[in-house]
Amino acid sequence: MFRETALNVRDKKVQGLFRLLFLTMTLLLILPVLVILGMLIYKGGPVLSIDFLFTAPTDGMTAGGVFPALLGTVWLVGVALLVSVPIGIAAAIYLSEYASDNWFTRIINLAIINLAGVPSIVHALFGVGAFVVFFGFGTSILAASLTLAIMTLPVVIVSTRESLMAVPQAFREACWSMGATRWQTIRRVVLPNSVSGILTGVILEVSRTTGETAPIMFTGAVFFTPFLPQGVFDQTMALSLHLFVVATQVPGVPDELPYGVALVLIGMVLLMNSISIAFRMYLRGRKKW
Amino acid sequence: MQTDKRPAAIRTRDLNLWYGTFQALFDVSLEIKQGIITSLIGPSGCGKSTLLRSVNRINERLGYVRIDGSIEVMGKNIYDEDVELVQVRKQIGMVFQRPNPLPISIRDNVLFGYNLHSEKRRTPRSELDGIVEDALQQVLLWDQVKDKLNRKATDLSLEEQQKLCIARLLPVKPGVLLMDEPCSALDPKGTEAVEELIWELREKYTILIVTHNMAQARRASEECIFMLMGKVIEHSPTESMFVTPAQQETADYIEGRYG
Ligand SMILES: Nc1ncnc2c1ncn2[C@@H]1O[C@H](COP(=O)(O)OP(=O)(O)OP(=O)(O)O)[C@@H](O)[C@H]1O
Ligand SMILES: [Mg+2]
Repeated sequence: MFRETALNVRDKKVQGLFRLLFLTMTLLLILPVLVILGMLIYKGGPVLSIDFLFTAPTDGMTAGGVFPALLGTVWLVGVALLVSVPIGIAAAIYLSEYASDNWFTRIINLAIINLAGVPSIVHALFGVGAFVVFFGFGTSILAASLTLAIMTLPVVIVSTRESLMAVPQAFREACWSMGATRWQTIRRVVLPNSVSGILTGVILEVSRTTGETAPIMFTGAVFFTPFLPQGVFDQTMALSLHLFVVATQVPGVPDELPYGVALVLIGMVLLMNSISIAFRMYLRGRKKW
Repeated sequence: MQTDKRPAAIRTRDLNLWYGTFQALFDVSLEIKQGIITSLIGPSGCGKSTLLRSVNRINERLGYVRIDGSIEVMGKNIYDEDVELVQVRKQIGMVFQRPNPLPISIRDNVLFGYNLHSEKRRTPRSELDGIVEDALQQVLLWDQVKDKLNRKATDLSLEEQQKLCIARLLPVKPGVLLMDEPCSALDPKGTEAVEELIWELREKYTILIVTHNMAQARRASEECIFMLMGKVIEHSPTESMFVTPAQQETADYIEGRYG
């Protein structure tokens, strides 16, 4: 009774084999991440200091810090969000809560999917044509941020819509059957129960935008400027572009400087992601159904 | 039971309903009497929920539903042009098959509908407390929850949740309560408790309740409507329907020959 048979032994061997295979693949996946991070920290770590973060580059960008670029990135991402988040959330609410399924909404959905698939260099080109030239914003934070905003819009819409759709239909029916209008239902039930998902999506979007280079390099970010940006019509430096510049465009940069810049960039993205995860865990803990 | 002389609370005339090209209701003409419990029985797919849902117009949110005929509630056709949907929903409360309390506190659930329709911007707290207690008393839930009104409603047992779903309708002062298989997600004890509560609510409210459970229809309703394939086959006092059904189909169904 209950003894192992030859068949069991064979099955177990196969099962072990597959387990090993999947484990190997997973480890292979982590490996590059660890190597990249390790190298960045090993080579760029010594460069990092409070001074590095808060001073401007000196000596033809071969020394000094990254402050103008850091500040510029904050500007660019901030203004981009200010534009894309309200529009994206409003559009997602319309699509998920108001629109019925007809040819019009189907075209909109198609447009969103296509917009999400457009390469960022194409967005850059569009940004130059539309914002820099046509609207006459020049190469400025405004033009660059609007380009970033258009690029991130589809992702904001899709992630927001998913969070809205995760709210059980039964909640909406409960509201409607008590005579709530659509807006009352959205305001009092749908949004409070999806805000964690929406914000998480937005924050993840921030981290993605932070690293973009192509859409900003023709529209508002410059290689070097001695001035800090004062408003949205100024040009600015940006971390991602600065990394590209010190790594490939400037002669005589010490080997570890680009790694330091990269580390700051990655640090910013990781910080954003951790905030988003922590925030989600906090909100998850509060809600329950 | 003297149900004959009561006025009608809901009157449907030649009601036909289509989902796209599929016709779900055929010439339904009914008089649901005020202040009693009327149960709606029939095999799965015969149109019970459809009929119920067209009485508070929750069906029309599906773009492809078409309705022909009229449904009068308290003498007014709710499909008339000049009817305000919010007022219809206020007057006609609905309880769903799966209890669906909102994920907020018990107290806020009870006050949700009230706050939606209250004209005052702020109602004094003592008045709100009174409303909450009164509604929960009516559904026989007050004693269990009076010490935890600020707890999440979704933490209650299913039976309590369903009672709460009934309670939150009451502060809006509806005349009609529609219930679509309100006990089918509950265990036998919960079923009994909710049935008892529904029985308590008659007279004050006109109750139309869909059920799959013959015994429940027989125990807990005064009149009974039997439907088959979108048509009303028989509408009579419950006792007489179960003892001497007028139609052969009714007899077959009651004896469990189909459905
Ligand atoms: N939203 C809908 N779209 C299309 N057809 C529907 C829809 N809802 C119901 N129907 C169809 O209408 C008919 C009646 O459905 P209804 O839900 O009213 O039946 P029911 O008597 O409540 O059944 P059950 O006892 O299973 O709840 C069924 O044939 C069903 O397939
Ligand atoms: Mg049904």
